[in-house]
Amino acid sequence: MSRNQNRLLFGVDRITVITYIALVIIGWLNIYAAVFNEEHQNIFDTTQKYGKQLIWISGATIIAFSILLIDANFFTVFAYGFYGFFIIANILVIFYGREIKGSKSWFGFGGYGIQPAEFMKFAANLALAKFLSNQNILVTQQFRLKMRDLYKNYKNTFVALSFIIIPLLIIKFMQNETGLALVFIAFIIVLYREGLNVGIIIFFLLATILFILSLIVTKISILIILLAIISGASFLFIRRNKKNLFFIAILFSVSAGIVLGTNYVYNHLQNHQKIRIDVLLGRGIVNLKKEGYNINQAKIAIGSGGLIGKGYLKGTQTKYDFVPEQDTDFIFCTVGEEWGFIGSAFVIFLELFLILRCIFLAERQRSDFSRIYGYGVASVLFFHLAVNIGMTIGLMPIIGIPLPFFSYGGSSLWSFTILLFIFIKLDANRLLILR
Amino acid sequence: MSNNAQLGNRKFIIAGFFCLIILIFLSRLFYMQLIDKSYELDSKNNAFRYLTEYPMRGLIYDRNGKLLVVNEPSYDLVVIPKETKGCDTASLCEVLQISKKEYLKRIKKACQAPNSPRKQSIFEKQMSAKTYAAFQEKQYRFKGFFIQKRTVRKYPKPIAAHLLGYVGEINKNQLEKQSYYKDGDYIGITGIERSYEELLRGKKGTQIAVTDVHNKIIGKYMNGIYDTLAIQGKPLYCSIDRDLQDYGEKLMQGKKGAIVAIEPSTGEILCLVSGPSYDPNLLVGGKERSKNFTTLYNDSLNLPLFNRALTAMYPPGSIFKLIDALIAQNDGLINRNTVFPCQLGYPPMGGKPKCHPHGGGTNLIRSISVSCNSYYSYVFREIVDQKKYPHFIDGYNHWRDMVTTFGPGKRLGTDLPFDKPGNIPSTKYYDKVFGKNSWKSNTVVSLGIGQSELLLVPLQMANVVSIIANRGFYVTPHSVKGIGNEKKIDKKFKVKHFVGVQNQDAYSNVIDGMQGAMEPGGTASANKLKGIIVCGKTGTAQNPHGKSHAVFLAFAPRENPKIAMACIVENAGFGGIWSAPIVTLMMEKYLKGKTDRPDLEKRILEVDLINGKNLLSTEFH
Repeated sequence: MSRNQNRLLFGVDRITVITYIALVIIGWLNIYAAVFNEEHQNIFDTTQKYGKQLIWISGATIIAFSILLIDANFFTVFAYGFYGFFIIANILVIFYGREIKGSKSWFGFGGYGIQPAEFMKFAANLALAKFLSNQNILVTQQFRLKMRDLYKNYKNTFVALSFIIIPLLIIKFMQNETGLALVFIAFIIVLYREGLNVGIIIFFLLATILFILSLIVTKISILIILLAIISGASFLFIRRNKKNLFFIAILFSVSAGIVLGTNYVYNHLQNHQKIRIDVLLGRGIVNLKKEGYNINQAKIAIGSGGLIGKGYLKGTQTKYDFVPEQDTDFIFCTVGEEWGFIGSAFVIFLELFLILRCIFLAERQRSDFSRIYGYGVASVLFFHLAVNIGMTIGLMPIIGIPLPFFSYGGSSLWSFTILLFIFIKLDANRLLILR
Repeated sequence: MSNNAQLGNRKFIIAGFFCLIILIFLSRLFYMQLIDKSYELDSKNNAFRYLTEYPMRGLIYDRNGKLLVVNEPSYDLVVIPKETKGCDTASLCEVLQISKKEYLKRIKKACQAPNSPRKQSIFEKQMSAKTYAAFQEKQYRFKGFFIQKRTVRKYPKPIAAHLLGYVGEINKNQLEKQSYYKDGDYIGITGIERSYEELLRGKKGTQIAVTDVHNKIIGKYMNGIYDTLAIQGKPLYCSIDRDLQDYGEKLMQGKKGAIVAIEPSTGEILCLVSGPSYDPNLLVGGKERSKNFTTLYNDSLNLPLFNRALTAMYPPGSIFKLIDALIAQNDGLINRNTVFPCQLGYPPMGGKPKCHPHGGGTNLIRSISVSCNSYYSYVFREIVDQKKYPHFIDGYNHWRDMVTTFGPGKRLGTDLPFDKPGNIPSTKYYDKVFGKNSWKSNTVVSLGIGQSELLLVPLQMANVVSIIANRGFYVTPHSVKGIGNEKKIDKKFKVKHFVGVQNQDAYSNVIDGMQGAMEPGGTASANKLKGIIVCGKTGTAQNPHGKSHAVFLAFAPRENPKIAMACIVENAGFGGIWSAPIVTLMMEKYLKGKTDRPDLEKRILEVDLINGKNLLSTEFH
């Protein structure tokens, strides 16, 4: 018995596992506080969310142990298999799923539901890791744009990006789950680690800044004039030759295109998405009772926590249903209100610690596959952390995605557990493979 | 991995980026939780309360600026069940004069969907001023209860109930469609209140108040920057004349039917009476309202809620001859001197339709004055069977199209809801009744005298006489002549609609005939007025269910007509007896300000046709 257990836990990184367990337990305690009411105090009451969450946690434990029991090669060999399977599941759910809050992304089983989009994350991570580990070099390191280099690496970059973009498109446009779809953007970090040209990332970053600017500035023409002035000035200050002129002209047209395109896209967004952007940017008249309600209530709940909080189960904002979705996407409000700055900082540090630990573990892998997969785990967790916390404190638009290991919900807990424990298994196995 | 070594420093960039973002988050949290105290204040002992400020509904004036509808404050008691812990229930029940059982019943209702224990819902509607005062005195004892101020309608004069319509609580169906409203809100249900709802309702305001644990409001959230003020509804200037409407309703007492008066040049409705009517003040208020509504709704004998002026479709009877006369002249089939025989009926069909004795064949003018049935049977056949059309079906359709331009058979597009289109039977209908090719003009000849399947609503009748008064056009009848203080109206109520007959001689001849009807020997000769030339036409609409309906159309004065009217009195017999006195009395009132015929006025006011009291003697026959 003890020998078996030893073999099962051989090489498993205990620090990661303990952090994981700590997050799940603290998460559950906060779900209990968020849903808590005097009439249902029994923690095993499965009509309540915290009772159900206990069932999900038990399931997650079984899943974690099962993954540790499986041969690590299973995941490398069947990486594409997983990917294909979940792509199909995500398409099928559009036809056979239940419609909840305007998105058809749930397979229902009685009072429980499973969201295949959640599981797409680890499947995509596996596939990406497999694909990238088969290549010698992903993208050129060179900063100078040379048509020859672009062409040579064009195909690999394109395929790698497809692994990310396909699920993103399915989940965004067919299931209408914006939050879950955007998570796939996080894999850009993995591609960066594996050599994606910084120029491309900087380009996207600048594009994003321009995008936000063109939403804030109401007079688009002013922005374009500004761009033209910057372009003209930079041409005057750098060496004046034809090549530079050409380059700046292209840059200017692309920027102007982004500005005009954003304006166009914004005008064609769905109304609630527009409103969310407006709320974040503080544009227009925000109705505090409707659109601005979530974010305002969330901020009040967190802000009222002070240094040490109001005490466990003593939060008033979260208890009286002022904060919507407070057991799932807005779970951090409960933490902020009842545990104060100290509690919030602790939870954020715990999450960050787990993410940094994943990077640390990833860097010590000998196999490319394991390293890439490890970065995938870190990136996905970080994206969730940043967007979730960011929206509750008003630094990000309201995109409904859960806080890893913390929020209520079986699909998210299970998918994060699978994502993380595959990596723990790969890491435990690192000494056995010498690829 | 050479590649890996090269890219090794990227791990620091990634980790650094992660840490940077988290650092930003922590600073933000630090600011929110430790430095900015406003959040803490907001949540202190919790709770916002959203107070809806209900705007005053727009006032409604008559055409002379006299008030028709005003507002009266009312106080609703609302409850948030979740906050009633520690409420002095016993004394609340005493104040409201309800039992403990009733109290629990209402609380339970407030907890069930669509209400919620955490949301406010109405506990007691429209408390009396006395109850309100008693409640206010002890409000500190009633945790979870508070007052919501609103206004209800009040009518200084109990008139024009059908035209103005009433306001009531929004139903579930409307609630789903229109997001502006919340459960328990009021909405215009009929009449002007319905068609001008969006203008009358104004805009609700919201105040976000911060309350303490004792449910007492301690201030405004963020100094009220998120509050919105209620905007009062726009005033409406109705086109009706309050005094004329009042007089019309008095004359209509004890009778079933409708009176519609229109100012021909503008299409403005001067009065719209439907009898029996009801006091609009009955349909405001809380408990009383539903009781009164049920009583009115269940009055199947009188149908007081039924707006006969817009929705009762009557056979027009002889008044329809005017349209036939106009069409036939326009088509060049008859002229002023055309004579058709009459042998107490229409000769070709063996004396059917029947006619009354008026001394044999008549010319056009006299045919209108004496209302000859035979003459218009001939005229109808002339129109339908005219040689221009190869087949009488085409002739029939020509007749039908021409009639339609006068308004019958379609909804007029007035600004009042629920008006009926009336009916002009189609050839398809007759093909179905008689079989294809098994009918001809003579089969349906009674259409020519406004009988059989022909149906008009009183508003359409008034519109027809308005067209004659205008000699060829009408402005869509409407009941509101000005919206808001700028007194604008919809452009569509300024457009002149020209009808199919534009022959001015045709109108002159018909008007001569109508004037003749008021002269000795005419069908309404008893109603000639001193000093005003009235042009009228009687009608007696046969009613398959009982005694005929009395119809009268008229406009006055002959030159520059100021008023065009239609009146129908159900089951009253010949039109000259009942409807003509009502119309002419009202014209006197409108044009002269008083009547020269107080005896007639007294008799009409006193008569009760519904219950058969004070019936007129034969002297008016």
